[in-house]
Amino acid sequence: MTDTELRPADDSAPAAPGSPAGKPAGKQAVPRRRTFVPDTTKGTVAKIVLLGLVDAVAVYVLMMLFLSQSWGVLAVAAAVVLVINWIYLRKGGLPAKYLAPGVLFLLVFQVFVVFFSGYIAFTNYGDGHNSTKDDAIAAIQLTAQKRVPDSPAYKAAVLSKDESFYLLFTDPDGKISLGSNGKPLEEVSGAGTDSTGKANALDGYRTLNFQEIVANQQRILAITVPVSANPADGTLRTADGSSAYQFKPALKYDAGAGTFTDTDTGAVYRDNGKGAFAKDSGETLSTGWKIDVGMENFARAFTDPSLRGPLLGVILWTFTFAVASVALTFALGLFLAITFNREDLRGKKVYRILMILPYAFPAFLSGLVWSGILNPQFGWLNQTLLGGATIGWLTDPVLAKISVLVVNLWLGFPYMFLVCTGALQSLPTELDEAARMDGASPWRVFRSIKLPLLLVSIAPLLISSFAFNFNNFNVIFMLTGGGPRFADTDRDIGATDILITLVYKVAFGQGTGRDYGLASALAIIIFIIVATVSAISFKQTKALEEVNS
Amino acid sequence: MKVQNTLTNGTTRRVFTAGAISAVAALALSACGGAAATAPATATAKPDLKASGASTITMWVDAERSPALKDITAKFQADTGIEVKLVVKDFAAVRDDFITQVPTGKGPDLIVGPHDWVGKFVQNGVIAPVELGDKKSAFQDSSIKAMTYNGSVYGVPYAIENIALLRNTDLVPQSAKTLDEVIANGKKAVADGKAKFPFLVGMDPKQGDPYHLYPLQSSMGSEVFGKSADGGYDPKQLLIGDAAGVEFAKKLAAWGDAGEKIINSNITGDIAKEKFLAGESPYYLTGPWNVPDVQKKGIKFAVDELPTAGDKPAQPFIGVNGFFISSKSANALATNEFVTNYLTTEAAQDSMYKAGGRPPALKASFEKAASDPVVAAFGKIGAAGVPMPAIPEMSAVWADWGATELALIKGQGDPAADWAKMAASIKAKIAG
Repeated sequence: MTDTELRPADDSAPAAPGSPAGKPAGKQAVPRRRTFVPDTTKGTVAKIVLLGLVDAVAVYVLMMLFLSQSWGVLAVAAAVVLVINWIYLRKGGLPAKYLAPGVLFLLVFQVFVVFFSGYIAFTNYGDGHNSTKDDAIAAIQLTAQKRVPDSPAYKAAVLSKDESFYLLFTDPDGKISLGSNGKPLEEVSGAGTDSTGKANALDGYRTLNFQEIVANQQRILAITVPVSANPADGTLRTADGSSAYQFKPALKYDAGAGTFTDTDTGAVYRDNGKGAFAKDSGETLSTGWKIDVGMENFARAFTDPSLRGPLLGVILWTFTFAVASVALTFALGLFLAITFNREDLRGKKVYRILMILPYAFPAFLSGLVWSGILNPQFGWLNQTLLGGATIGWLTDPVLAKISVLVVNLWLGFPYMFLVCTGALQSLPTELDEAARMDGASPWRVFRSIKLPLLLVSIAPLLISSFAFNFNNFNVIFMLTGGGPRFADTDRDIGATDILITLVYKVAFGQGTGRDYGLASALAIIIFIIVATVSAISFKQTKALEEVNS
Repeated sequence: MKVQNTLTNGTTRRVFTAGAISAVAALALSACGGAAATAPATATAKPDLKASGASTITMWVDAERSPALKDITAKFQADTGIEVKLVVKDFAAVRDDFITQVPTGKGPDLIVGPHDWVGKFVQNGVIAPVELGDKKSAFQDSSIKAMTYNGSVYGVPYAIENIALLRNTDLVPQSAKTLDEVIANGKKAVADGKAKFPFLVGMDPKQGDPYHLYPLQSSMGSEVFGKSADGGYDPKQLLIGDAAGVEFAKKLAAWGDAGEKIINSNITGDIAKEKFLAGESPYYLTGPWNVPDVQKKGIKFAVDELPTAGDKPAQPFIGVNGFFISSKSANALATNEFVTNYLTTEAAQDSMYKAGGRPPALKASFEKAASDPVVAAFGKIGAAGVPMPAIPEMSAVWADWGATELALIKGQGDPAADWAKMAASIKAKIAG
């Protein structure tokens, strides 16, 4: 292995006398190499072309990043491009060549995501805390602009003079006036008008066409023309360059003090330190911003009454659900795998394909289909199989739990069947024969030889299956939605809710919207539970391996 | 010339390079995201739109509505030289994508959606008000009312959607005013052996369906939220738990599985539709979205006014679809021009009607569409409806409301106690 990757391969010096390890390997490689020469040349060309393409794209991206002044991303991207080129252009370093793409994807799609949700858990990110404070202030100012009631609608034209912009207004009575940013409205005469009576030209000023207006839109949108010297009359603004309305802010922002003042009541909204502007009475403006809240979300996870109350029951059911799902699917999968592993069975392939079908359906779809099958009155199970019985498979707390487990068994056994079949086929047949020669019964062979050997390779999969089922959101949510609801809590929690569906309901179904911060914190807590259980189980598995070896 | 390389096999090498390409591509994609986030929107005095970055407007739209906008965007481009890019997005995710992407600057200038998104959008600071001026009066009042939030109009409406009562005229030839009459007619049809179910309305097996049952509730004088001075819903006035609501709760139990079996908790939306299409029930409480299938099946039907269960009018929730402008649009002026002066035209609204079949919000377009009696009937009912509350607090209402109604329909629990518990729970959730 090592000599092939480190050998300075070079056709002009095939003997490679400098490297002692080269000789034996070289001897074998020469005939092979001759047959692969054209392929290798093509390969080299392909490599140059592909790497060139990568670099071309990379250079383009870097240029775009440079233009948009995203220095941080630019530095990272440049470093990555350099590393990629170094990895693939240098001789040797074979492991890196194998690993680089995978590691990059891992960083982008896994590590980054994990760290990002970890970070979110320490913020109040969610509805109403969606962006930065500056964005929130801008948005509040934008939405606080209210049209003055019963004020006229003006037609507007944009004029320019000496590099500054003016708005020429025509009111509904045909009165024409001119104004500019901060300069109150002033009636003018001698303006040119178009066929609709809208003033569109004035001596000494140049009229902008629509393209020019759009090209200067930031400055034109910022023009606020006071209607009169009295600020209570509001200001005229245009949003489209052709019409203007009288606006008055319902809230005024004081940049110095960092407060909003209600122009009607005089109430002052201050930064309440929780990512929102609040009155002294505690009432907040609905648009807030994202801030770091430290451990608050984790504290809420343990103090929130809607979580704490039913938590124990939910945790118990979550473990029951996960463990029972793994045990049942494994038992059925293994049983079927052994049954269909017989050499002399006919049509094995057909059976196996049929067996794997449930695995091929998306889980959320199966959940909905099963929810239909289990409908008390119209469901196929009650109507056809049970002759018109009305059993509430999904509405009775105990039956709902059983139904969820059965459906999950149906969904999960093909996976176990697949891995057990694979593991069974890799078991040496001699062991089986030897045991039988010694007079062991088939059950004894299974108990004492096959199962322990199987468990060595399958135990890790069982643990991962446990972790998967612990968070099996799809099945629960699509089948029962966590219901039937507990009667003794006024919260939206039911008999089949597992931790992850509870988290979903608490983080996204409360207050006035979704709380990503709380959801991330709860997800981290669930991760800690699953990781602990898995770590302990893996330790047990190690012991299993040692016993067997 | 050196053609040989450390690797003896060309194939593996190609694999590596391909891997490298995809890795860089992935990185480039994520980098592009970052790039756009800080794209400067500087405007220069030059009238070159490309240079100022204002030559396009981006609009997020779903696949069904995208073709309907082709004509009007082409006209806008011909008039102004500005291209409206229609980006087709998955409708299920578009609202959340808009909320998360607008603050980064990657969001579109415009988005199409129902009016009850407005509250969430304003709460997250992602949309800007639209001043329609005199054009307001060209739209149906109910649509403008729905688009109004905290006293400002936030979108240009184009379609109004609401439910009505479909009646199979072969089974029940005469229309009815009250739910009691409807029930009597339905039961008679069942007794005569013409039908199997007196009345159909789809119930989600997990959450019930407060939306479809709301006209019955409102006809008994029960509302969800009270109104504030400016005519909008006021989250501080949660009215759902009042005496009228309790009366409605009692009625639900009476109509439900343990009572008259008019509302059946086992009939899902799909089953209700299937049974009506099979001619097994004279009545079907549903929206215009199920009408095409009923027509295709050749069932003779009439669109009846919503039956009343109390002495008040049966007001359905109306959903108004419209166009919303991003608060961080880098091309806000052109976007405003397009929204207020192009999308409000009859041509644009006609074309949206042709694509979606929903009654238009523009009066002139509606009158044209109302030559279809089904559209006219739905429109008439919608005009009497109330906008679905757009306030963010509404999201705290649905789960409890639906689950409680469903439990009562199933005959579980005590109506008065459960309804009061539901109101308390909603109140607690709104308080956070």
